Amino acid sequence: MAEEIDIIDQVTQSDYKYGFVTNIESDNAKVGLSEDTVRFISAKKNEPEWMLEWRLKAYKAWLQMTEPTWPNVHYPKIDYQKIIYYAAPKPKKVLNSLDEVDPEILETFKKLGIPMEEQKILAGVAVDVVMDSVSVKTTYKEKLKELGIIFCSMSDAVKDYPELVQKYIGSVVPVRDNYFAALNSAVFSDGSFCYIPKGTRCPMELSTYFRINEANTGQFERTLLIADEGSYVSYLEGCTAPMRDENQLHAAVVELVAMDNAEIKYSTVQNWYPGNKEGKGGIYNFVTKRGICQGINSKISWTQVETGSAITWKYPSVVLKGENSIGEFYSVAVTNNYQQADTGTKMIHIGKNTRSRIVSKGISAGKSQNSYRGLVKVNPNAENAYNFSQCDSLLIGDRCGAHTFPYLEVSNKTAKVEHEATTSKIGEDILFYCNQRGLSTETAVQLIINGYCKEVFQHLPMEFAAEAQKLLAVSLEGSVG
Amino acid sequence: MLSIKDLHASINGKEILKGFGLEVKPGEVHAIMGPNGTGKSTLANILAGKEDYDVTEGTVTFQGKDLLDMAPEERAREGVFLAFQYPIEIPGVSIANFMKASLNEVRKHRVLQPLDAVEFLKVMKEKMRFVEIDEKLMRRAVNEGFSGGEKKRNEIFQMAMLEPTLSILDETDSGLDIDALRIVANGVNKLKNENNAFIVITHYQRLLDYIVPDFVHVMYNGRIVKSGGKELALELEAKGYDWIKQEVDATV
Ligand SMILES: Nc1ncnc2c1ncn2[C@@H]1O[C@H](COP(=O)(O)OP(=O)(O)OP(=O)(O)O)[C@@H](O)[C@H]1O
Ligand SMILES: [Mg+2]
Repeated sequence: MAEEIDIIDQVTQSDYKYGFVTNIESDNAKVGLSEDTVRFISAKKNEPEWMLEWRLKAYKAWLQMTEPTWPNVHYPKIDYQKIIYYAAPKPKKVLNSLDEVDPEILETFKKLGIPMEEQKILAGVAVDVVMDSVSVKTTYKEKLKELGIIFCSMSDAVKDYPELVQKYIGSVVPVRDNYFAALNSAVFSDGSFCYIPKGTRCPMELSTYFRINEANTGQFERTLLIADEGSYVSYLEGCTAPMRDENQLHAAVVELVAMDNAEIKYSTVQNWYPGNKEGKGGIYNFVTKRGICQGINSKISWTQVETGSAITWKYPSVVLKGENSIGEFYSVAVTNNYQQADTGTKMIHIGKNTRSRIVSKGISAGKSQNSYRGLVKVNPNAENAYNFSQCDSLLIGDRCGAHTFPYLEVSNKTAKVEHEATTSKIGEDILFYCNQRGLSTETAVQLIINGYCKEVFQHLPMEFAAEAQKLLAVSLEGSVG
Repeated sequence: MLSIKDLHASINGKEILKGFGLEVKPGEVHAIMGPNGTGKSTLANILAGKEDYDVTEGTVTFQGKDLLDMAPEERAREGVFLAFQYPIEIPGVSIANFMKASLNEVRKHRVLQPLDAVEFLKVMKEKMRFVEIDEKLMRRAVNEGFSGGEKKRNEIFQMAMLEPTLSILDETDSGLDIDALRIVANGVNKLKNENNAFIVITHYQRLLDYIVPDFVHVMYNGRIVKSGGKELALELEAKGYDWIKQEVDATV
């Protein structure tokens, strides 16, 4: 097919200026996906037999599945046989100074107000002794170790904590859950593993940021986070700095498990390359994120700010199994230019007195399409389940689209479900009014957006919230006027 | 301060302003009256920089600068203020936040330091008393769910905050009760000084009892057809516009 995307061609021909190029070395898997590829990956990572078996099972499941067509996103057919599924992990190319970094990226760093030293780390510049990232990282790790908190790469976890991994991997997102989850299960490259022991309150935000200089986790990331009884953890994924990647297709899986009285706060800021203004390039982001409130009084809360990617397909969900458990979803999803997002959440009420809250704020600009898709499901035994959903759409200009698809499946009469939705538009009249008060169009948009997203931002860790605000402004730059 | 010469402007191919001219000096108050649809709001919008219009002929100079050449926000920062006939609602932005951003932009242009939250609140409270506006409104989103009168008062409050050089009031008196009318008018009178000027668009001579104009202009069919002192407003109130229309139509 002529319009079929040749991912490899795209990668090698597109003008990525980020400085790292894929070299096809012998350490990489052959192009395409077969049982051999899965075996190759597992062998390269020195995995135990059970892990390989698990991957192979996933691979076989994937073969029988078909790519979903229901999301409201459109993209050329992906040829899964043209993807390289394993590239030897190697550190990013180290640059000598910020002068070697793409000026466009530096410009964005500046707009985001990222301190110079952090900019260097993010861009992969060798950091001088003043801020020794290694020592920061070490102190951080030691502190966690003292408390018995495990926070390491998925590969290390498979080797060092096999019983935990074996017990929980795929327990929240089964391999057959969906097409992309099955694919991830077969070929996942790496990711994060985290275990918070009983009664422990993790004293700092756990962040992949601290693992930034470790090997690139790649396009099929796998995260598993377990909060044991009475524990608490706040986890940050991603960062506001723009992320470019040579891989176009990303299919991550995140699994969260909260035991009795445990609480997990999972915050994401996603700012991957959205493609250029004409909609070329850009990352396809097909993510399966799910948490289970396994124990009584447990709580899982997802907060996400999504501004990047060409296509986003993502529904962080909570299975509310334990009695009195709480699930929350706070989301800001921004699309601009030709971006497409189909995102939302699922709240599955199984236990008694379970409660969930959904606050979704979609912002569409340019020619983008932004869909909210949410499912609230109340099982027959979920007495007194309660859900509140608020889905707001904000349109900037009149060439973009916002769509809301709320699904409700309630099988218990005592359940209470409330849904509110609004659509507003930043039209010329509003902008003129703001201009007349001395505000530039960009400032006006920023002001309105910040007001609009306040309810979500206040659930982000503080420094993150400030960054997220700036990030929105940058993402929407040039969207009006 | 403001010099409008032979201004022609159209919207969607329809000519609305047909040779409009006006000179405004510092310290002056000009009232513009005229039948519905003669182009009063069009004039106000063009001065403020609304983009929908095509200016086909004429010039507008403001403090020696070509006003038509400036972006709307630049005009605002230079000191042009429009109190809208129909103020717009801005969802999710409180008046306090809105005005803080706005005032600091204007201050920046005047090479003044931005006000911090404490200083800003002080100024805001003072100006709120000035237009006798309810403090509770400040936390609400700009104009959202405001009554007609509250919206108009909010416009005058914003004017008081920004201390513009040239204020254009487009029917700010419409929809106000007697008390509000007095308050709005007092607001204008207190702001008035020898360095600023006002263009007051109104249908009612009533307002001009409170804001005493130096000039009254009658606008008809896209231009000023009669000018006079404040007595002209009384005459219009008594006689209506027909005699003026007839005068004009006879000369065409
Ligand atoms: N978008 C538009 N397309 C066509 N005609 C327009 C448009 N906007 C305004 N007009 C016309 O321009 C003319 C002048 O309108 P304008 O609002 O300036 O009148 P006005 O003098 O302010 O009237 P009023 O006293 O009722 O407020 C009217 O005939 C109006 O219908
Ligand atoms: Mg009018």
